[in-house]
Amino acid sequence: MTRLKAGGPAIAKQGILVAFIVFMIVFSLMSDRFLSADNMMSVFRQSAIIGVMALGVTIVVIGGNLDLSVGSMLSFATVLVVDLHDKIGPELAIPVMVLATLCLGAVNGFLIGVLRLNSLIVTLGMLSVIQGLVLIYSGGQNVDIADQRGTWFAIFGRGAVFGIATPIIIFGALALLFHVIMSMTAFGRRVYAVGGNPTASVFSGIPRSQVVFTTYLISALCVAIAAIILGSRVMGSQNTVGQGYELQVLAAVILGGTSLLGGAGSILKTVLGVLMLAFIQNGLILMGQPYYTQWLVTWVVIIVAVWLDVAAKRGRLFSPIA
Amino acid sequence: MSSTQEAALRLQGIVKTFPGVRALDGVDFEVMPGEVHALLGENGAGKSTLMKVLAGMYQPDEGQIIIAGQPVRMTTPIEAKAQGVVLIHQELSLVPEMSAAENIYLGELPVKSFGRVDWKTLEERSNAILKRLKCSFRAEMTVARLSIANQQMVEIARALTVEARVVIFDEPTASLTDAEKVVLFDIINDLKARGVGIIYISHRMDEIFTLSDRITVLRDGAYRGTLITADTTEDDVTRLMIGRSLDLSRDEEPPSFGKTMLEVRNLTCPGLFEDVSFTVRTGEVVGFYGLVGAGRTEIAETLFGLRKAASGEILVDGEAVDIVSPRAAIAMGISLVPENRKEQGLVLQMNCRDNMTLPQIQDLTAGPFVSHGAELAIFDQYRDRLAIKTPSWRQSAGVLSGGNQQKIVIGKWLSMQPRVLIVDEPTRGIDVGSKSEIHQLLRELAAQGYAVIVISSEMPEVLRVSDRIVAMYHGRIMREFEIADVTEDTLVQAISGIKSEKTP
Repeated sequence: MTRLKAGGPAIAKQGILVAFIVFMIVFSLMSDRFLSADNMMSVFRQSAIIGVMALGVTIVVIGGNLDLSVGSMLSFATVLVVDLHDKIGPELAIPVMVLATLCLGAVNGFLIGVLRLNSLIVTLGMLSVIQGLVLIYSGGQNVDIADQRGTWFAIFGRGAVFGIATPIIIFGALALLFHVIMSMTAFGRRVYAVGGNPTASVFSGIPRSQVVFTTYLISALCVAIAAIILGSRVMGSQNTVGQGYELQVLAAVILGGTSLLGGAGSILKTVLGVLMLAFIQNGLILMGQPYYTQWLVTWVVIIVAVWLDVAAKRGRLFSPIA
Repeated sequence: MSSTQEAALRLQGIVKTFPGVRALDGVDFEVMPGEVHALLGENGAGKSTLMKVLAGMYQPDEGQIIIAGQPVRMTTPIEAKAQGVVLIHQELSLVPEMSAAENIYLGELPVKSFGRVDWKTLEERSNAILKRLKCSFRAEMTVARLSIANQQMVEIARALTVEARVVIFDEPTASLTDAEKVVLFDIINDLKARGVGIIYISHRMDEIFTLSDRITVLRDGAYRGTLITADTTEDDVTRLMIGRSLDLSRDEEPPSFGKTMLEVRNLTCPGLFEDVSFTVRTGEVVGFYGLVGAGRTEIAETLFGLRKAASGEILVDGEAVDIVSPRAAIAMGISLVPENRKEQGLVLQMNCRDNMTLPQIQDLTAGPFVSHGAELAIFDQYRDRLAIKTPSWRQSAGVLSGGNQQKIVIGKWLSMQPRVLIVDEPTRGIDVGSKSEIHQLLRELAAQGYAVIVISSEMPEVLRVSDRIVAMYHGRIMREFEIADVTEDTLVQAISGIKSEKTP
């Protein structure tokens, strides 16, 4: 994790990292089980779904937009893949679901990238629209897979390779892939440019609409992958399984220090944000706190982290301007 | 103006330095009560810096500000206003969604109990001020719905909420029509009659000679002299202003032009420009001169694929082309250094190298990845060639000085090896030193065989860099000058829409 500090020398600029370490120390002091290998693995595994989605949303946010539709998109994709599993078999259900989810991403991308509508409004609207689609599709019934032991579909959520749970491997591999894309390819550079200054990007010959459109396709693809993990782990799905995920995902992205104004952020720091969120929730549960305390703690931490971050940038805690 | 009278405001030996540039070098200046004192100088001569010192926005490094005989220190615009020194900004700084009244008293709205705004008093007072300014609109109007001229009146009204001792007008007529100017001059004469000292900054000789009592000239941040308007001529002022550098021009070889690289025929975009035809040859700088809004930037944007012309033809290297997007323009070898570097030229939080290579990033790849080596090679090459001062390529572009930022943008487009290079306002808002470097650079580019278009609103600039000057007025080309034949007068006439016998 020290490599992540390369961005700036001052410890104050790494508010998220400091907070992360503080939380790890506090939790390990308060619970013996917290630092155990078992617990660590289980936290990693549980964070994979939020994590995979957060990777896609990070790219959208770096490109200067928001995606709040990922929660109900997750419901959509999970219900679809689980329902189709028994109807057409997993080998067809997965590609059909991925294509359908990409279509939803394309709608976002078209409205926001091509028609230049406000992304907050569009994706907030899509949040409801997609949830409605799910309920229409399922008729309000929850879905599940009949033969839960016999299907190879189980590998994505329940399997393991060399003793490491598949969700962790998928999350890790995708994080690496997107990190490379964002930091080393021309496409990544263009996303940063469009998010940083859309006008200057157009003046540099960058196809802004196309770039924004692509970020929403990536976000939808991440949701589809998360849905495979989720559906495979649960072997069934409620209609509203993804409800509230959009805020957890956004929380992780913000904790990772990605600027909501666009143009700045990092995939690896989002991973850190995802883990921090997961450890906070896990730590609180181990300490015997009720489920809902995690919301209070999470968002207090986020607000303080953002404040410290802003304060570090302007060199003081309060400032009348900027 | 007798020496026995106390000056409303006096500056003595003001020095202000910024990293790398001495913006003000021992400037003396005074304005008497009831006097209009014009301040003249080329852009970058230090006028704006001096005004910011006066308005409390900058602290002088050396020297004294004396108001009504008392030395003062002003550290904020509010303190300056309290001293009776008010600056009427060249760029409007109003809140467009609020009413004129709210803008006039912004920050000091009259209040009743419980902090409620006293709208009645606010509107009475505001309307009284607007009436004094002979404004025809009511203070209740939303600023966004006012014309630019009336918005300027609101800006002036704002200055009059205090008992002003000195009012500074910074290029107040830039966006006014002739009729509106007359109203403004009445206001200035009215203030003058009340004993207010007026500092009037303008480029326009006729206004200065109509209005002012004295004229002080700055050049390169230094005081060059004060003239009594009644005893002086435009020539005297110009000589003082431009000094030896009137023929700053060309110790270079007489230019040799090559083939026609860009030809524009009857290009029209209704409401913006009409029937525009011109050519640019290799090795040539064509200057486009005119007032703001004359259609010059719009032509550049059309050539760069950001706008679509309704009719007309564009030929690049003899070939008719259809430029549908900036990408298409770039592919045809057209580069545009845009007018507003912060909004259009740079991604401010991105580092210098990435900004420079942005238009060609997809071509700098090795396999699927961007080649850092190729990027750095380009950055190093143009950093050296343009003498860009930055500690490292990792520096974000936003923290560089205006001059270095502009060089990054120029480097970005030079590295595309353009066949036609368009530079819109190459030196807007940058310091004197970088400015002359950029002028030099534009001349060098022409000598190296580039076909260059320079759009500028500054006469000294077009005169210095161009081989030919195209004068525009209201979307039309009024006249074309060879640099050898141009005079300041004919140029001013052409861009003011005055027909001369030579106009076809």
